[in-house]
Amino acid sequence: MISSIKHFIKTFTLFELLQGLSVTGKYFFAKKITVQYPEQKTPISPRFRGHHALRRYPNGEERCIACKLCEAVCPALAIDIELEERADGTRRTTKYDIDMFKCIYCGFCEEACPVDAIVETQIFEYHFEERGEHIMTKEKLLAFGDKHEMDIAKHRTEDAPYR
Amino acid sequence: MDSLIAIWEGVPDGLQTVIVILLKIVAILLPLILAVAYTTFAERKVIGYMQVRCGPNRVGPKGWLQPIADVVKLMFKEIITPTESSKAVFFIAPILALAPALVVWSVVPFFEGGVLANVNAGLLFVLAITSLDVFGIILAGWASNSKYAILSSMRIGAQMVAYEIAMGFALVGVLMAAGSLNLSDIVHAQSGGIQNWFMWPLFGLLVVYFISGVAETNRAPFDVAEGESEIVAGFHVEYSGMAFALFFLAEYASMLLISVLTTLLFLGGWLSPFESFESLLAIPVIGTFFDSGFHWLIFKSLIFLFLYLWFRATFPRYRYDQIMRLGWKILIPVTLIWIFGEGIAIGLGWEPWK
Repeated sequence: MISSIKHFIKTFTLFELLQGLSVTGKYFFAKKITVQYPEQKTPISPRFRGHHALRRYPNGEERCIACKLCEAVCPALAIDIELEERADGTRRTTKYDIDMFKCIYCGFCEEACPVDAIVETQIFEYHFEERGEHIMTKEKLLAFGDKHEMDIAKHRTEDAPYR
Repeated sequence: MDSLIAIWEGVPDGLQTVIVILLKIVAILLPLILAVAYTTFAERKVIGYMQVRCGPNRVGPKGWLQPIADVVKLMFKEIITPTESSKAVFFIAPILALAPALVVWSVVPFFEGGVLANVNAGLLFVLAITSLDVFGIILAGWASNSKYAILSSMRIGAQMVAYEIAMGFALVGVLMAAGSLNLSDIVHAQSGGIQNWFMWPLFGLLVVYFISGVAETNRAPFDVAEGESEIVAGFHVEYSGMAFALFFLAEYASMLLISVLTTLLFLGGWLSPFESFESLLAIPVIGTFFDSGFHWLIFKSLIFLFLYLWFRATFPRYRYDQIMRLGWKILIPVTLIWIFGEGIAIGLGWEPWK
């Protein structure tokens, strides 16, 4: 009896509705947490998996030895490798293509690589303007690696203790 | 200037009145449509703020040009007609929805004497025309030949019938207190300061009126007719471009109308709350601000408009049967009891609003 009267009063004074309104009313004045993207950016982890790059040794020789582990591990079958034996007897790739449309940025290629040749950088703001540009050839990947070698090396050392 | 006056005097009398009325209509409708555009902006901002977001802030300074961009986008969009739709009705429906929403403004007084048509049965006119809104929506649902659209128009039909009655009864309470159906007279009956406004003796009716107003305009939490999560967008799923924009315009115009009407009927319209403070009104510049005027109507209406947005940000959608229960079993009995009590009070000669 008492509880039903209580219920009656509670519903007719719109008590719970006013409670709800007070919650949203409070958040109306709260500090907004939106990140204004192009101007502000959130911090990115050194492990971030973005655009790929092929690295070189400090003496300028490319790291990749065409072991095809990345090609084998790639779940999206995005990597395509062809190889030859050089005059000095080393194995090197003649073709190292990554189809960026197939790639799912899982980072397995980087993990599989025994010589740290293929890596994924922090760069995620890139685009393609023409058909065919999404195939990252060996030249493009090496050039990309040369351009960002400083950052790549820094992020590898930062992440090294956790690997 | 003289030549302009000469030309004006050359115009026949009948034509003069027509031109004056047309100019008045433009003077009402243009600001109204602009207000609708910026209501959509305010809605997105307010809801954004309540969800700890920023809302639109990219187009123009602080996002102020967003509604203009929206309008331009809608104008250039293709209007797609479903193959199996009833073509004529499909295109008449949005016009039928918009026209009543705009026509009602003809009897709304904005300030002392500022009304297009000072109709004696203004309140009745408002009730009659706002109920016509639903025709456009039902026709739109039927003409689209879509399951979702027809479901939505069935829902809206039932909802309108239920809440129209509660709304009507709430208005009966107001006209009993004011003793007139003329909207200007209703406002005059509330003159004499904040304590004379009808919101005090008729508080229950104010609440009922605003709730049924929200239901009548199909706004959250009574937006089963749109119900994005269940029937996509309801009656306007098949509409695009300007045809959709007309529905949008109609919805927001009736939102503004309900806010303004609530102000006129319960909060003393353009009357200032400081009317009785003679000394305050005597101060040169500040006095005009505290004096009655159009700005008070805007202030008070904005409160209700904000409530609309606040409700939308807060409440989840009512289930269909809950809406029917609230309309028929709660709001109507409440208004009936309130009117009954008011009638007894008038019969006994105890009239607190006088």
